[in-house]
Amino acid sequence: MRTVIFRTIAPYLAALMVLFSIFVLLRGHNEPGGGFIGGLIAASALAIFGIACGVASVRRAIVFHPMGISGFGLFIGALAGVVSFFRGQAFMTSQWLIFDFFDVEVALSTPLVFDIGVYLVVVGAIGSIALALEERESD
Amino acid sequence: MAGSSVSVDYADAMITTPIAAGDWLIVAPSLITMLGGALCLMLRKHTDLQPKLGITLLGVLVLASFALLVRVLDHGVITMVMGNWLPPFGIAVTADTLGATLTFIGSVVAFCAGVFGMKTVSNSGRRYGFYPFLLLLMTGVCGSFLTADIFNLYVWFEVLLISSYGLLILGNDRIQLDGAVKYGVLNLVGTNLFLIATGLLYGIFGTLNMADIAIKVAELENPASGTLATVAALYFLAFAMKAAAFPVNFWLPASYHTPNIVVSAVFAGLLTKVGVYALIRIFVLILPASLGYMADIFGLVAIVTLMTGALGALAQTEIRRLLGYLVIAGIGSMLAGVAVASNSEVATLAISGAIFYAVHSIIVMTALYMSAGIMNMMGGSYNLRKLGGLYQKSIAFAGVFLILAFAVSGLPPFSGFWPKIMLVDAAFKDDRFWLGAAILVSGFLTTLAMGRIWIFAFWRGGPEGTPDGKSVEVSGSSQSDLASGAIWLPLGILTALVVYFGIQPEWMIELSTQGASSVVDPLGYIRSVFGEQG
Repeated sequence: MRTVIFRTIAPYLAALMVLFSIFVLLRGHNEPGGGFIGGLIAASALAIFGIACGVASVRRAIVFHPMGISGFGLFIGALAGVVSFFRGQAFMTSQWLIFDFFDVEVALSTPLVFDIGVYLVVVGAIGSIALALEERESD
Repeated sequence: MAGSSVSVDYADAMITTPIAAGDWLIVAPSLITMLGGALCLMLRKHTDLQPKLGITLLGVLVLASFALLVRVLDHGVITMVMGNWLPPFGIAVTADTLGATLTFIGSVVAFCAGVFGMKTVSNSGRRYGFYPFLLLLMTGVCGSFLTADIFNLYVWFEVLLISSYGLLILGNDRIQLDGAVKYGVLNLVGTNLFLIATGLLYGIFGTLNMADIAIKVAELENPASGTLATVAALYFLAFAMKAAAFPVNFWLPASYHTPNIVVSAVFAGLLTKVGVYALIRIFVLILPASLGYMADIFGLVAIVTLMTGALGALAQTEIRRLLGYLVIAGIGSMLAGVAVASNSEVATLAISGAIFYAVHSIIVMTALYMSAGIMNMMGGSYNLRKLGGLYQKSIAFAGVFLILAFAVSGLPPFSGFWPKIMLVDAAFKDDRFWLGAAILVSGFLTTLAMGRIWIFAFWRGGPEGTPDGKSVEVSGSSQSDLASGAIWLPLGILTALVVYFGIQPEWMIELSTQGASSVVDPLGYIRSVFGEQG
């Protein structure tokens, strides 16, 4: 698998895929996309980078253990539902913060935080499985 | 939606009145354990911090679920609809006395297991994630007990199953993987049946909200129609698998003796009862007509399950497998209650007996598995042939074990006695003499099985072959742990509950009667979900 062409192209490909996954994540509220599918794209970026350059370099690149990333995603995802407590609304009621930023309407919301949480859970969980499988192969 | 300038009347789709802060207690058990589990997952490498954090969070869970129970007793059934959407479109989370009681007892057991795990789970077990998995398991268990949406129930089942797979293979032993495969395959089939049945149900009624389905089923002209009967049969099979009822009980004794003893204790206490809870919720609350014509099948399955459990227990020499069969026998008793509930005159009595039995079984089975762990620490084995002389080692522990043995056999004055009386009484009132007799015979055989453990492990002077009157010292597997309070405190708490519910059963009888009437007569439940107009 580790041909020169693949090794040269893989880092750029992985970077592009991560960028695209974030794009898919952010457009997800009203259009196709979202945290789950974005997370899958990002996890496959990690997998490709791992095949090309070795699992150790992926682990160095993402700094935290994939399961830790998962845990953080679950944490902020659950926390996003709690915000409505302070407004006397039920768990998971969405809260919006809409403002203009240089004449562009920016809509920040708790569903966005939740979706980022889902994204991280998927990146962590699937990434952890993929890296474990790749590690076993190189033994 | 955000950014649109069209004025929308939100009151058509959303709840606009403020939610009382106290109603947040409904989601608190799942929320605390989910946030806590995530936190523990992030701090997985800090093995000395894990137990402190995990046990603190489980302690908070116990307090929150107790507060929820108190609130339900004060205010009646309470509901919170996720995201403020109006039911049946929003996912309703509803706490009635049944759900709140089981959540509270389950939390106490999880707390005890967390403390017990301080000694029995090694550092590598902690790194593999014992505490995160335990917390997330409780997320699923509490969520199942409190949800009022049938698809949501499926999701919580998945949450608890995935966490239980993690706990089951903690440590990656060969035998654990073997047990996990059996457990995993059967649960996979079970949850798939659950999902298929839910899909069919949604196809019939176009709703997943349990209260809404209950209304629509009651309005049906022909509630015994073929499609609904298919749904009922699928649900019965799916939850019977989860509860380990005969003939789909084989996975339980084949897998529950493989993991760490504290994991076995939690599984034996909680997981099968979630299946029984789902059976009660589905058949008594939303499909009572189906229960009517399936009652004989329920009764037959209950009798055979009771007998399989008790006879299986008599045949075993491995204590953990023996206890696994006793879990199955207990499931038979609870199923007997569900079978009798088809007769509306004794339904409340029968279901309250089943609920009380579930509470008793959660506590006593966890305590018995913990005792088995302590017997292994003292005597170095889980095998009755190799154990002996434990009475000399600790008279107090022998006493505790005897209390638990009496309780699980249903002998007074401990917690197993009262629910058995209620169940047998209900069975006789419904003219199901065989069912009542099966409960009693199973109790008698359980007494014999527990008596075998008592005679071999405690009274005999040493392992098999020791002459009468002589005593041989057996060496334990981890004597040093026996001095730790982390071993004795959880067992003490659970035994105290067993004794308390035996001597002062009024509180639990009151709770289970209230819980039973909220499913037998679902009006309060439906009103709580849909508001007063329901």
